[in-house]
Amino acid sequence: MTSTITLSGVEKAFRGVRVLDGLDLAVPRGSVFALLGPNGAGKTTIINILSTLVAPDAGTAIVAGFDVVRDAEEVRRRISVTGQSAAVDEMLTGEENLRMMARLSGLGRVQAVERSRELLAQFDLEGAARARVGSYSGGMRRRIDLAISLLRTPPVVFLDEPTTGLDTRSRQELWRIIRRLAVGGATILLTTQYLEEADQLADRIAVLDHGRIVAEGTPAELKARIGGEVLSVHDAAGAVLRDIPIDGSIQGLRDALATVETADATSVSLRSPSLDDVFLAVTGQPAPARTEPELIDSKG
Amino acid sequence: MTTTDQRPAYVPLPRLAPLVAESTFVHRSLLHTVRTPDALIMAIALPVILMLMFTFVFGGAIDPGGDYVNYVVPGIVLLCAGFGAASVAVDVASDITTGIIDRFRTMPLRASAVITGHVVASLARNLVATAIVVSVAVGVGFRPTASPLEWLAMFALVALYILAITYLFAAIGLAASSPEAANGYGFVLLFLPYISSAFVPVDTLPTWLQWIAEYQPLTPIIETIRALLLGADVGPTVWAALAWCAVILVGAVGWTGWLFRRRAGRR
Repeated sequence: MTSTITLSGVEKAFRGVRVLDGLDLAVPRGSVFALLGPNGAGKTTIINILSTLVAPDAGTAIVAGFDVVRDAEEVRRRISVTGQSAAVDEMLTGEENLRMMARLSGLGRVQAVERSRELLAQFDLEGAARARVGSYSGGMRRRIDLAISLLRTPPVVFLDEPTTGLDTRSRQELWRIIRRLAVGGATILLTTQYLEEADQLADRIAVLDHGRIVAEGTPAELKARIGGEVLSVHDAAGAVLRDIPIDGSIQGLRDALATVETADATSVSLRSPSLDDVFLAVTGQPAPARTEPELIDSKG
Repeated sequence: MTTTDQRPAYVPLPRLAPLVAESTFVHRSLLHTVRTPDALIMAIALPVILMLMFTFVFGGAIDPGGDYVNYVVPGIVLLCAGFGAASVAVDVASDITTGIIDRFRTMPLRASAVITGHVVASLARNLVATAIVVSVAVGVGFRPTASPLEWLAMFALVALYILAITYLFAAIGLAASSPEAANGYGFVLLFLPYISSAFVPVDTLPTWLQWIAEYQPLTPIIETIRALLLGADVGPTVWAALAWCAVILVGAVGWTGWLFRRRAGRR
């Protein structure tokens, strides 16, 4: 399996604070790879290094066969960056943004106009094409941002928290587009705080905590890592008091039940492990964000 | 969203032809200019109002001969260029904080062409503003005696000054932590014309101020413009004016380039 993105021994500190601490990572060609971690885990720093914005203090980062420091220009020809760390021009209209970015991506004047028109239609932004992006809703802004990165699709796509702040409908639409990109052969690295998102989209997941990869594998592998089942202990109102990972044996279940002492516990249930459990198991902390993001925009 | 995707090929982006990035960014900055007409109007109106005030309100007291308008216009021309260029600091700082410059940096192009775009647009804006201010001045009694060649020389010097001070404001925008801060730092520069020969002859100032006014960069530039417009002999001040513009320009371009590289990935 060839890797399109390789990080080896990457270190990065800002003002003496270590953000990445000897990070190793390999993203197979044509896969969707999710970097999962809380705010401050170093996700955006990884994207910044891979997209040639900042140089690592130590170690090497290779994208599509080129070193991000020595061959930054070649890397830039092969990537697109979307999401939290990529801005659009709020003073320009959606159409003007697309045309400007099309020209900067090497399309001719006529092609730029045509391709912009196609993408405005594809992303349901025709009605807002002549309005300034500054007046767009959160969902519309994400769509124009994504449209810009699809003007010309390079072999590697970075998506930095692409669905943060999107409502359910827009998020699922975005997932669909990401899957289609992957089917088409692009290599996609996305960062997310949402376990569900990583589970839904990614072929492989790396869990990032304090600048280190604490777990890596397919979603199934990560779940398998913590055992066969999770025993949930509920109180009378049905609220979960404790989750106890168990190995699936009868003895394991007995041992787990023996540790349940609280008087409030009235019922139990068995379920398959989720990525929340993975995060708890590998970092010793609960998952940082719930799977359901805050809605800032219902219309999209 | 519909799904009428003509899938683009997953191939590397081409290298841009020369000047495509530059001309695209100039177009972008000119669009910004027409989208913020209030900033443009302020940049023109403020110097015009100042000129009218100095001519009609203070003019009689400063120069009872009634010829003050001829004295004050060259200084107002420079003041106007300063006001117009100051907005570049805010534009550049906004481009940094919104992260759009970082997006350009991840593309195969010379990202610092964004600054070139702002500078060229500022040059165009301020030359138009200068022409308007001079026209209004003529309307209120300014009587230049410049030959066409002297007019040309005047506009060339003003253009050089605008270029130098715009780059200085661009650097201030890059150095500032926010657009608001950029606005504040830029404001300090706008006081320079008042301690010069723009409004009153230097020898009317207190001795310690005279020294500052005499040797600060704006005085030789103003004196040269005054000489060109009113048909006097420019003398050696023109060299001082050009030298100051060149020094500011080279320094500011260098400072801008250094700051631009340093702010990569840091909003």
